[in-house]
Amino acid sequence: MNFGVVVFPGTWSDCDFHYVIGEVLHQPVRYVWHRDANLADFDCLILPGGFSYGDYLRAGAVAGRSPVVEALPEFAARGGLVLGSCNGFQILCEARLLPGALMRNECLQYRCQSTYLVVENADTAFTRAMRPGQVLKMPISHGEGKYHADSETIRSLKAKNQIVFRYCTENGRVVKEANPNGSMDNIAGVINEEGTVLGLMPHPERAAEAAVGGTDGTLIFHSILNTLVEDGSFLKR
Amino acid sequence: MKARVLVRLKPSILDAQGATVKRALDGLGFAEVQDVRVGKVVDVEIAGLGPDDARRRVEEMCTRLLCNPVIEDFTVEMLGEGR
Repeated sequence: MNFGVVVFPGTWSDCDFHYVIGEVLHQPVRYVWHRDANLADFDCLILPGGFSYGDYLRAGAVAGRSPVVEALPEFAARGGLVLGSCNGFQILCEARLLPGALMRNECLQYRCQSTYLVVENADTAFTRAMRPGQVLKMPISHGEGKYHADSETIRSLKAKNQIVFRYCTENGRVVKEANPNGSMDNIAGVINEEGTVLGLMPHPERAAEAAVGGTDGTLIFHSILNTLVEDGSFLKR
Repeated sequence: MKARVLVRLKPSILDAQGATVKRALDGLGFAEVQDVRVGKVVDVEIAGLGPDDARRRVEEMCTRLLCNPVIEDFTVEMLGEGR
């Protein structure tokens, strides 16, 4: 199966994702330039973190209208998986591929720290290697990660189990003190209704080796690999 | 032809930036300030279109890029030539 790591001007986590997929998980991976809309070779595309287009206008706004992002609905419709982390999550929301928006952190500060996440939905292509309620440790690094959606959208997300990760304490309690950015309902990651596009603010690629920050992030990659192998999606291409 | 787009957070959305500016104004002695909201101005210069078409195009720009309807509202003001 083939992974693609999308690169926009200003992306900064592309090399980390490329390294983790290629060197830690030993899977084929290539960079995809943002003007490239031909995604036929890929099974999973990663939208990494960073400051695409300098966060001009709004974080993710300009990248959200780029050729590669406009090709994502068709890519996902034929079974491709899309993972957006940090700026990648912002881009997916700006492109309306995920509901809601990411706003300036409530504290108005850039937050670069470890966070704990509770797995709210372990029944997705991106989380099937996890247990429901499992607590993961992953770093965040962002200034605009406050998840916002109107109350009707939040109700619908809950009803359809689309909230995948929430910020919590080390013991898994979802409380205000564990919320690093003021996100509604401590939301850290959401998935689309079809289960093909996941966005999260934390950085799984920075929690992929025991020597640097732990290995909880690899559970996302193992889930994706399980999905692609078991479903045989990569063979159908 | 110039158009001025004002993009603002929806009234229902807490403006953390505005709240911080209000606190700073309080600190400077502007006790009369009740509320502050921070928005964005985007000036767009348009060529080759009449005022109605230009406005329609700018509104389309707002819908497609300049404004995020999940959190923001916009208004378009046509400024005409040379302003």
